[in-house]
Amino acid sequence: MDNLVRILGTDLGRMLAGLIGVIALVSVNALFLIWMERKVAAHMQLRPGPMEVGWHGAIQTIADALKLMGKELITPAEVDRSVYLLAPIVVFLPVLLSFLVIPFSQTLVIRDMNVGVLLILAFAALTVLAILMAGWASNNKYAVFGSIRSVAQNVAYEIPLLITVMSPILMVGSYRLTDIVAAQEKFWFIVSQPLAFILYITCATAETNRAPFDLPEAESELVAGFHTEYSGMRFGLFFLAEYTNMFIVAALATIFFLGGWRGPVLPGWVWFLLKVYAIIFLIMWFRWTFPRVRFDQLITFAWKILIPLAFANLLLTALVMKLM
Amino acid sequence: MVTYFKEILTGFYSLLAGMAVTIKYFVKPIVTVQYPRQKLSMSPAYRGHTEFVLDLETGTHRCIACEMCARICPSQLITVEGVKIDPKKKVPRKYVIEYQYCSLCGLCVESCPTKALKFSEEYRLAGFSREDCVVDLLARLQAQQQRAGLAVTPRPEARREEGEAKPEGEVKG
Amino acid sequence: MHEPGQEEKTYVLNFGPQHPSTHGVLRVELQMEGEFITKAAPDIGYGHRGHEHMAENRNYQQFLPNMGRVDYLHALAYNQGYCMAVEKLTGLEVPERAEFIRVITAELNRIASHLLWVGAYLLDLGAFTPFLYCFDDRENILDLLDRVTGSRLTYCYYRFGGVPKDIDDEFMAGCRAFITRLRGRFKDYDDLVTKNIIFIKRTRDIGVISKEQCVRYGLTGPMVRGSGIPYDIRKSEPYSVYPRFDFEIPIGERGDIMDRYLVRIREMAQSLRIIEQALDKLPDGPIMAEKVPKRIKPAAGEVYQAVETARGEFGCYIVSEGDIKPYRIKLRVPSFGNLSILPEIAVDTLVADLVAILGSIDVVVPEIDR
Repeated sequence: MDNLVRILGTDLGRMLAGLIGVIALVSVNALFLIWMERKVAAHMQLRPGPMEVGWHGAIQTIADALKLMGKELITPAEVDRSVYLLAPIVVFLPVLLSFLVIPFSQTLVIRDMNVGVLLILAFAALTVLAILMAGWASNNKYAVFGSIRSVAQNVAYEIPLLITVMSPILMVGSYRLTDIVAAQEKFWFIVSQPLAFILYITCATAETNRAPFDLPEAESELVAGFHTEYSGMRFGLFFLAEYTNMFIVAALATIFFLGGWRGPVLPGWVWFLLKVYAIIFLIMWFRWTFPRVRFDQLITFAWKILIPLAFANLLLTALVMKLM
Repeated sequence: MVTYFKEILTGFYSLLAGMAVTIKYFVKPIVTVQYPRQKLSMSPAYRGHTEFVLDLETGTHRCIACEMCARICPSQLITVEGVKIDPKKKVPRKYVIEYQYCSLCGLCVESCPTKALKFSEEYRLAGFSREDCVVDLLARLQAQQQRAGLAVTPRPEARREEGEAKPEGEVKG
Repeated sequence: MHEPGQEEKTYVLNFGPQHPSTHGVLRVELQMEGEFITKAAPDIGYGHRGHEHMAENRNYQQFLPNMGRVDYLHALAYNQGYCMAVEKLTGLEVPERAEFIRVITAELNRIASHLLWVGAYLLDLGAFTPFLYCFDDRENILDLLDRVTGSRLTYCYYRFGGVPKDIDDEFMAGCRAFITRLRGRFKDYDDLVTKNIIFIKRTRDIGVISKEQCVRYGLTGPMVRGSGIPYDIRKSEPYSVYPRFDFEIPIGERGDIMDRYLVRIREMAQSLRIIEQALDKLPDGPIMAEKVPKRIKPAAGEVYQAVETARGEFGCYIVSEGDIKPYRIKLRVPSFGNLSILPEIAVDTLVADLVAILGSIDVVVPEIDR
């Protein structure tokens, strides 16, 4: 027992425990989110959703995951083999690493870095590489379409996303995520930065390729976009990464605008998860309400509306900070 | 500039209005039915495959094997073989429909001069083979009579039996 | 396709026949430059069943069920067109009550078809939820029609000289309840779809068809009305008892997708008006002509009857040689004409626009292929 405590106390032990915890969290979270998405979609569409496996279909996703694992992994004949096989792994790794710096509560954080925000945003940018790899290697016109769209979209939306989160960072004066939460002791930043919150949610939806910005996998146009040629658990990994990405952007929104783990009565991590899932519900709500935007409109929207507004917001914040 | 902001604001408002609709339906009760556990009642006019009307006065069917239905059927899927049991009366010895070809037009029921046919309420029609879809109306009638506790109409024997084969495949009762 | 050494700027994209938004088995061969379409060539015939040939080998009654399968979404209009053509040929008089029942059921079917279009179209644009709301409403119509026709999709309900089954009070009460219900739902559709900024951006000024193009390509139905030409067979060549009802022909101004969408939405409201009036005025009487011969054997001659389906003008042209089988039946289907404009309006648009334009044409592929 003493040994265990000593091992956990070291940095390496902390990393190992964190890694195991993160993998467990990622899988449980994805299972839950997929179930949640199905239920949210179903109830918005006046139907019950999965009901058969488990209580209200609670373990339906596990059944689906088992099915995916049992499926044959088909590698189409003309693919660029190594890149094709690497893409599902590349899409998943940065997602895992982002969890390193997310503070689930005051103490529950694997590594509290002073550049936490930058780390997450840098890793988020890697996802696009995986999508490009998948689309390009698939040797399928629809898949190439999807991946090219994805690159353009991510480049366009990374900029307003960064500028938007700059405003709260300016108010705190630190890139450390725990500092940002700590600065929201009196009020949440959503009160002082409502525009930034709206902009952030919009950009985050686009970053995670969710409807109405799900152009890389636009079903009615591109069949399945970049993962058209993937089957079985390879497809499953893309799927898993999408939902984990959603968790990460929602977690960032919670940290920046909703006061992180702060909240009465309940322990910090419960509050944190509650807020995260509330944000995710919002993103799901978008998906099941809106039609998809067109590709050029999407880019226009980013450059003509989001980026100017984000800059305006940043300037305004800076001005107010200076005057105060 | 004004139009720019106006468009952003009206656009934003329109999105919120859409979201209000979906959240309104989110809390509304569900309209679907969980099929194998709950079932809807069939409408009285539902057209399943045909079956004989069980005439309660005579306790049997009214078919006179005139083959009107077989002739009008667009898909020619009704096979009727009549046999004369006495000089005036003819009854079917075999009445088989190959339901997989049926287009559910209802012309057979309408053309029947003695109103001997009606639509059943059978809607679970999936089968594993083509033969599963073959319906023997006489066998159905016999089952119906048994349920109603009536005397079962036997299959009349043909006058000439020249190695007549059984109805193709297994026959659905 | 391309020769080695030759620099190629365009490539071919096969859009369909197995593609989520071609609504059946339609293939469009796209010549693409980047994401822009330089040439679009629809390739039809995957669902060809030879209905017209079938007609030549069957007698008049036996061809009835085929009519529900040419355009399965507005089957009753096809029933009506064919029945009216044969009635014209044989001189059968349809009782008034039967005509009213035909109008009520055909209009209900038209609403069902438009509802399905709205839902499926929104699905093309990436919105899933309106699809199920539309299906929820459409389900009510199917239940109603199920009560009278006995089937839910490929109806075969009208007969030469009338209808085989009368409508009952429960059906009429159900119709009235449905009218109130759908009128209440229009507001939700407005908020969810029509006013939505993304929907407007996707449909305004996309796929514009001019009046001149409409005439040149022989477009009919909501396509031509969306461009501002009030052409509706129910008004321009009135048939059945339509002249007795008070209804309008909604038309658009610009001829873009949005106008076609609005025309269809307004048409549903007009259909509700027709049904309401028909229910009020429904006369008593027989539902079947008195002397309908068991075997239809019209005199030699030819006849053409057009009706307005949800997609446009459906014409049934019958040539009889005095036999129990028709010599030839030609079906003029609206989707075929409407699709023919696609190569012209799809040029220089994006793939996403092609999906939107193709959807707005409202093609029923089996109808094109016949």
